[in-house]
Amino acid sequence: MDYQLTEEQQMLVDMVRRFVRTEICPLEDNLDPDAGEIAPEDSERLKEMTRKMGLYGLGIPPEFGGPDVDVTTQTLLSFEMAQHRAGLYNPCYNVFGGAGLAQLYEATDMQKEKYLFPVLRGEKTSFFGLTEPSGGSDPGRAIQTRGVQDGDDWILNGAKIFISGADHADFGILFARTSEDKTRNGVTCFLVDTDMPGFHVRRVVHTLRSTKYATEIQIENLRVPKENILGELNKGFAIANDRLSRYRIPYAAGCIGVAMKAQEMAIDYVKIRETFGGLLASRQAIQWMIVDNEMDIRTSRHVCLEAAGRADRGDDFRTEAAMAKLLGSEAGGRVVDRVMQIHGGYGMTKDLPLERWYREMRIRRIGEGPSEVQRLVMARNLIGGSFH
Amino acid sequence: MSIRLEKPFQALTSENLVPIQGQLGVYQLADANGDIFYIGYAGGRSLFGLHGELTREMEEQGDGTQFRCEVNQQYISRYEELLMLHKHDFGNLPERVLSEYPYKIGVLSPGN
Repeated sequence: MDYQLTEEQQMLVDMVRRFVRTEICPLEDNLDPDAGEIAPEDSERLKEMTRKMGLYGLGIPPEFGGPDVDVTTQTLLSFEMAQHRAGLYNPCYNVFGGAGLAQLYEATDMQKEKYLFPVLRGEKTSFFGLTEPSGGSDPGRAIQTRGVQDGDDWILNGAKIFISGADHADFGILFARTSEDKTRNGVTCFLVDTDMPGFHVRRVVHTLRSTKYATEIQIENLRVPKENILGELNKGFAIANDRLSRYRIPYAAGCIGVAMKAQEMAIDYVKIRETFGGLLASRQAIQWMIVDNEMDIRTSRHVCLEAAGRADRGDDFRTEAAMAKLLGSEAGGRVVDRVMQIHGGYGMTKDLPLERWYREMRIRRIGEGPSEVQRLVMARNLIGGSFH
Repeated sequence: MSIRLEKPFQALTSENLVPIQGQLGVYQLADANGDIFYIGYAGGRSLFGLHGELTREMEEQGDGTQFRCEVNQQYISRYEELLMLHKHDFGNLPERVLSEYPYKIGVLSPGN
């Protein structure tokens, strides 16, 4: 398999790398080290730039107005977009647009008008409401939020936790159990407006990260018209699975991008930092850390691009995406940890982005399915069937 | 656990700032009646953390100003939570916060 970049890919990678280094990083020099947003005027200015670059709406299919960029190239660009302080959870502060998990391409025309198109235009934001206090690793069985039909409406009751962006969202993609079936076959996906009576964001769930913090939601007798069912009744879990599988590739790419940047910092630093009369670069202990970093980065990057390539060819990429997510998140954690070690005391400070990446990278081994679930997904695909 | 800052206010004086150290965290300022007129945080760029920020506030504010604070490593998400709570409880953000905070504020309905 040849991962030599095409001329066009190299040009796009160089353009995005330059954009991150000349437009994003200087803004961060004046922000709090944990900041999650840039000033609205900077955001608008940079969005105008990404439109001119032809890259606004990356990830949105061309038929919906996005740029015609394949998954492999998107992945290469995701490596670059993550290479700044807030890059793991807010790559380039979202100035490249995109729909995130709200890619409602199977929506009805009415749903597209009301929800999808405003998201694509950047006018509305959404949340993805899957995980519940009863558990997130096996959501198909853990979902206890209930939907009961009442005439032409559905009445929803329940709770969701670790939901990013629900406090800012205009609507959400919310999963509820709508039959007596206790498995994933009894789950339906609803589009819910956050200004409807019965929708409550009860609290911020403070975690290791400040950016795009999680929230806890309570749903009390939330009345949703049946027109707001996304897809088919009792077949909502397939929608969740599809989103999560697709999202694993950019999720892994973010981790790998941060690892690449951390490695660059380490290599720069060991060439100037002296101890006991010699550069750190001359110490074998340090050299091995740099080499271990590179092996972590290259193996995870290779698998991530393999998953992207399979997605581009229309092949089943679930195993590769799960592998990329597992490898990327775990490799990213190891790399950042080693780079902090190389930087010594400064590596622990908020003067450098490393401590933020360290905290946020730890979440990546849990978020969007922990490493153990990724192994389970791979085992299921490799051995076949649902055996647990 | 309450998500609101419920410690009693103290007068914003140099004596009361002695035990406040250079940690990261959030704070609220209130007038003599206890009406909150500012919510802020001591972040990664604050010199001397909460102590530094509150000392600066003491020098800028008039007599009768009160404060309360909370040491918190997750000062950004806690700060935003306090803003949302204030908006929920009082209908809007304090004027000075409005002039400093250019972002869309989230909606929280925490119950009582």
